[in-house]
Amino acid sequence: MTPIGATGMLRESWLLLAFPVFGAVVLLLGGRRTDRWGHLLGAAAPIASFVYAVIAFFALLGYHGPGGRSRVLHMYDFIDAGSFHVNMGILLDPLSISFVLLITGVGSLIHVYSIGYMAHDPDRRRFFGYLNLFIAAMLLLVVSDNYLGLYIGWEGVGLASYLLIGFWQSRNSAAVAAKKAFVVNRVGDTGLTIAIFLMFAEFGTVSFQGVFGSVHSGGSGVATALGLLLLLGACGKSAQVPLQSWLLDAMEGPTPVSALIHAATMVTAGVYLLVRSNPILALSGDARLAVTVVGAVTLLFGALIGCAKDDIKKALAGSTMSQIGYMTLAAGLGPAGYVFAIAHLLAHGFFKAGLFLGAGSVMHGMNDEVNMRRYGGLAKYMPVTFATFGLGYLAIIGIPPFSGFFTKDGIIEAAWDKGGTSGAILAACAILGAGITAFYMSRVMLMTYSGSKRWAAEAHPHESPATMTWPMILLAVGSVAGGGFLVLGQRFENFLGPVTGVPPTAHGVWSAAGGIALALAVAGVGIAWYMYGRVPVPAEVPRGSFVTVAARKDLYGDALNESLLMRPGSWLTRLSVYFDNTGVDGLVRSVAALVGGSSGQLRRWQTGFVRSYALYMFAGGAVLVLLLLVVRL
Amino acid sequence: MSPVHYVALSVILFVIGGVGVLVRRNAIIIFMCIELMLNACNLAFVAFASMHGNLDGQVIAFFVMVVAAAEVVVGLAILMAIYRARRSASVDDANLLKY
Repeated sequence: MTPIGATGMLRESWLLLAFPVFGAVVLLLGGRRTDRWGHLLGAAAPIASFVYAVIAFFALLGYHGPGGRSRVLHMYDFIDAGSFHVNMGILLDPLSISFVLLITGVGSLIHVYSIGYMAHDPDRRRFFGYLNLFIAAMLLLVVSDNYLGLYIGWEGVGLASYLLIGFWQSRNSAAVAAKKAFVVNRVGDTGLTIAIFLMFAEFGTVSFQGVFGSVHSGGSGVATALGLLLLLGACGKSAQVPLQSWLLDAMEGPTPVSALIHAATMVTAGVYLLVRSNPILALSGDARLAVTVVGAVTLLFGALIGCAKDDIKKALAGSTMSQIGYMTLAAGLGPAGYVFAIAHLLAHGFFKAGLFLGAGSVMHGMNDEVNMRRYGGLAKYMPVTFATFGLGYLAIIGIPPFSGFFTKDGIIEAAWDKGGTSGAILAACAILGAGITAFYMSRVMLMTYSGSKRWAAEAHPHESPATMTWPMILLAVGSVAGGGFLVLGQRFENFLGPVTGVPPTAHGVWSAAGGIALALAVAGVGIAWYMYGRVPVPAEVPRGSFVTVAARKDLYGDALNESLLMRPGSWLTRLSVYFDNTGVDGLVRSVAALVGGSSGQLRRWQTGFVRSYALYMFAGGAVLVLLLLVVRL
Repeated sequence: MSPVHYVALSVILFVIGGVGVLVRRNAIIIFMCIELMLNACNLAFVAFASMHGNLDGQVIAFFVMVVAAAEVVVGLAILMAIYRARRSASVDDANLLKY
């Protein structure tokens, strides 16, 4: 679908970016002067963007006919050098507006929540400045109409993520985690960068329209290369295997950051990238297969990690990884999966943000304790948090009629429908993942809200203030209703179809694969109850089986990186340093020594005796005269 | 007329001056030897001028004299300064400017 020029209300779509940019600039440059009202401005910026996004959404809904529901607003010529043109434009179509609504909607709620959560932090203003910066970069990422603009947003969210993970800079672990996230993300970004280079080299353009229009002419080799490079980029940003290791450490950031950036929005940017690039993936079966494999591996990988973590945020982070694995898996299934990838992404944005905010609320009431072995029996003390967390829990494990059921079922079914051995394996992974999801989420629920009180001595759990509970309630409403609203009646398929293509086969609400997944989920809940609900949870960490030990250590992701990349890397560095010191420096130094030594000898001629100088002059003169005579003769 | 004898005398004077510059240590003597060399040159100039029957060589001789006078003025002044500082007119003693 070729977008056409924006008209009417959509001509003002630059406002989307302008509000958070304004907020970030004022808060970050205003300094201490803005401390008193900074959080209010910071929260107002995404709300203003959200209001505009809702208006734009309804404007788009009203469009039919040429251009479908895709509108592009030309902003300015970003680069105009020789044959290289990049026009900055804002593309609003069903795909980008879905993301815009998620980012600004969930973002606004989390901003409001942060007012309460960060109330006692002396740097609250800086926190809101970074959050606004993040919202601006994330919006640029999803509304840009070319890969270069997307890339700027992509790096912008990476920067904001770095700043926010390391928000409590004085903590060494936070600083290290921020650095780790930054470095691992750079690895993925290299893939995206090279993909953009390749697009320019092959097609001479980086705009979505230009690339998608000419990708057919490039042959399947180019499409495969582009697909794999984009997948690498997506892996870095979305914490997919093998670039997953940063996400668990990223939980060092404040909890609203984990909810907004590392659950609901930024980590899903990789899925956006893949779905947005669907015309490229459409041409390469190999790239699609790689995407599905990465998704399937990650969804089990994250789920396993989630089972063993005692840190509530890390358990949820493993879950995020796993759920994004579902989305990536769906994005590799072609038009059959795109709609469900995005639907699950939106539903996940609601319930996972809600779960994180719930975790933040628990931490808020428990003196920032994150160890679930120190929780227990909190349902009575935090009824609102318990209720909203519980609804998010039901949504994520896919109990009908909560939202996860509809969206995850779509993905499982799409994998099932792929057919062949690969389809069977992928569907089996997805179904198994659903069972494990139910297990670890039930474990979190049971360890936190039920059972005996294993609190630290000074803990006085209490319900959080209204600025924190209301966002959680609204997100819980989204978790309950979002998935059904999107999936039932093919609403989302019809909306998103013009951009991503419609699934070839219509899905019913109930399917055999979905039924097995649901049965496994119920079994997972049962096992969790058997292990953590029936018997008291030990306050000390039991030894556990070798799988548990491995999962506690993030399935040795860090050890693998260290032995495979870090150690050889440092050897290589030492080798180069040695070569530099002996080889390169040796050459340079010996030349210098030669010149120095010989000039040391030569200067002995400068004796200071005037008569020897006179002799040299005479000798020279005599030689000259002789030469002249010789030449004359 | 043949300039042979004049040139021969000029060469002899020049060599005497040159050897004096090279072997003597006293700066005054060296100066005098330099003067001797300059005047040996003057003699050759004048002899060749007379042979060719024009004034070019004689004019050059005057220039040489003027330059020599200026050189002596500067040179003797330096010599005086060195003598005052080092109590010696030997050029071998003034050997500090070296490697």
